[in-house]
Amino acid sequence: MSTSGLPQRKEFRATARLKQLMADHFHQLDEAAKTGSAKIAWCTSVGPAELLRAMGFLVYFPENHGAMLGATRTAMDYIPAANAAGYSPDICSYLTSDVGAFLRGETPLRRAYGIERVPRPDVLVYNTNQCRDVQDWFHFYGRRFGVPVLGISSPRGVEELSSVHIADVAAQLEAMVPALEKIAGRPLDMDRLREVVALSKRCSDLWKEVLDTARSVPSPWTFFDHTIHMGPAVVARGTPEAVEYYEILLEELRERIEQGMAAVDGERHRLYWEGMPIWGKLRDLANLFMDLRCCIVASTYCNSWIFSAFDPEDPFRSMAHAYTDIFICHAEPWKERYIEERIREFQVDGILFHDAKTCPNNSNSRYGMPQRLQERLGLPALVVHGDLNDLRCYSEEQVRTNIEAFVEQLEER
Amino acid sequence: MIHIIYGGGVRDSMKGDATAKGALQGSGGGLRTSGIAVGEADAVWVGVDVGACATKVVVIDARRDMRGYHVLRSGVDYAAASREGLEQALDAAGVPPGRIRRVTSTGYGRNNVPFADEVRTEIGCHMKGCFHYHPHAATIVDIGGQDCKVIHVDDRGRRVGFKMNRKCAAGTGAFLEETALRLGVDLSRLDSLARGASKRIRLGAYCTVFSATEILALIRRGESLEDIARGLLESVVQRILEMDPLEGTVILSGGVIHHNPFLARILEEKLGREVVVPPRPQFMGAFGAALYALEGEGEEAS
Ligand code: SF4
Repeated sequence: MSTSGLPQRKEFRATARLKQLMADHFHQLDEAAKTGSAKIAWCTSVGPAELLRAMGFLVYFPENHGAMLGATRTAMDYIPAANAAGYSPDICSYLTSDVGAFLRGETPLRRAYGIERVPRPDVLVYNTNQCRDVQDWFHFYGRRFGVPVLGISSPRGVEELSSVHIADVAAQLEAMVPALEKIAGRPLDMDRLREVVALSKRCSDLWKEVLDTARSVPSPWTFFDHTIHMGPAVVARGTPEAVEYYEILLEELRERIEQGMAAVDGERHRLYWEGMPIWGKLRDLANLFMDLRCCIVASTYCNSWIFSAFDPEDPFRSMAHAYTDIFICHAEPWKERYIEERIREFQVDGILFHDAKTCPNNSNSRYGMPQRLQERLGLPALVVHGDLNDLRCYSEEQVRTNIEAFVEQLEER
Repeated sequence: MIHIIYGGGVRDSMKGDATAKGALQGSGGGLRTSGIAVGEADAVWVGVDVGACATKVVVIDARRDMRGYHVLRSGVDYAAASREGLEQALDAAGVPPGRIRRVTSTGYGRNNVPFADEVRTEIGCHMKGCFHYHPHAATIVDIGGQDCKVIHVDDRGRRVGFKMNRKCAAGTGAFLEETALRLGVDLSRLDSLARGASKRIRLGAYCTVFSATEILALIRRGESLEDIARGLLESVVQRILEMDPLEGTVILSGGVIHHNPFLARILEEKLGREVVVPPRPQFMGAFGAALYALEGEGEEAS
């Protein structure tokens, strides 16, 4: 299968801007942590970041830190420390790598930005819409820092979201306000909240638009690019900087399409990635797929930062709606329909499921979904076993052979 | 006596009568010594399957007949093992290297075969080899030294799906090797021991380390070696049944079935129908690779 004259990964001009934005994000947090110039809230990826921002908090996302630990492969130095402290190797490896790094007093922020430690929180706010692990993760830090931990308990496994679900979550959000006001030392300004929700909505719309450019054949970018360029959508939604970034990126992507530039030269197959990225192996996998002339054009993971429901006219209910309508909150039939639609839109020829050992929440291959989708869509599916961060659960050779054999299968069709 | 390594005897090759030995030394490339185009009638095609434990080489002719084969330990230098295997297989076939038209490599070390023209996964190659003997829709089960695979093939010889076992050794040759060691019996005796079993012992554990503990308990309980040996083979079959539905005709391939043909009887009992074992199942991957080499000619440009 290996071919000579391997295609090269094509860098984006926008990357310089991206790096600046991410650096600013962390330096701002570091500055505030050192000087007390602003309050800091830690928030789960689909927690109430809009509310926190509107109340003047700088928002820090431990999952983003977890992904950095994975991508730099330093996770492997830290997970054992958390395991030894009683956090099982079977639970979320974002949690174990993050907690392990904390216990060892280290962070990848040092190498990347010269920042010595993660910014000390004034409050930790989670949402269980994605999993229970975030709750335990945040409570660890709540105890360590002696700061309050607030949370939303979201409905899970929902087929169709109803007004009851939304009202429940909206009420929990509103109930959180007084406690947050006390910590922030200021009352919630509804106009400011509307503004932030509008910015988040704009960011989400643009993120969808940039992802949708991968519908072009050949695609101008791949899942591996998406995981890099999603940074602003993850850490800066609700800010004008994130909006501005995606406007720039969108322009560049459109240019690529106009020029007929393919992310994978000689694109032969278009694949869908379902599940968490394998952070420590992104580069290797990107090269492998490129070598095999396969473009991963869409993924559940990167799509999860599209929150179409945000509405500045109705901030609380629309936040509740947006946070609870994410893929991970839904039931299997809903998820299957969702993937089916993406398969059609992006003209996908095969589906890859990543079964991440330590994240059952993002591993959708465990209840027969690949088999059902294969049968219904007549598309081949492959389950790859690995993990988001814990590379002890990853076998290079098995993954490689599986993927190569899968592509051979696609070629035989 | 042969000491078995999964999959395969340390040395096991077809006896050829010719003595031709080619200039195989030196690194890749310089394999084909003659610049003269090889006629179809004399030409051979080669499949090299560098497994985690054993390297298998098969030489076929234009009629797809296996003309020579050889197995040896893969060791740590895959390139050397594949070269040596090729030399021996050619020797067995009585064919000089100059008659090789094309080589396909497969297996764990497939990218380390310096003289290969093409690389294929072992999943494709086992399928190809088995389909040659049984050209119908089937489920192919390859039990190798380090992993096992279930491959579904349609009646045109195309794979419709496959599964490889996960990272555990249970259900592979490595498991049998480890447990035979615990029992203090030579791996090559496992099959004949199992045939002499008088009762069923069920090993329940999912992992090799747990199984080893279970075996110790069985020994303590005074169970017979024969019964334990059968229990071990049964557990390999059990792991395979858990992997994927074994629909239609089941074909068994790989080193473990080669050395433990009794596994096929156990699987037949569980499935309630006959299973197919092709000749020389250990060589199916290399044979399939050789078939790809033969069929792939002319596709070079793609
Ligand atoms: S969803 Fe998975 S990866 Fe994300 S925090 Fe929860 S357990 Fe960890």
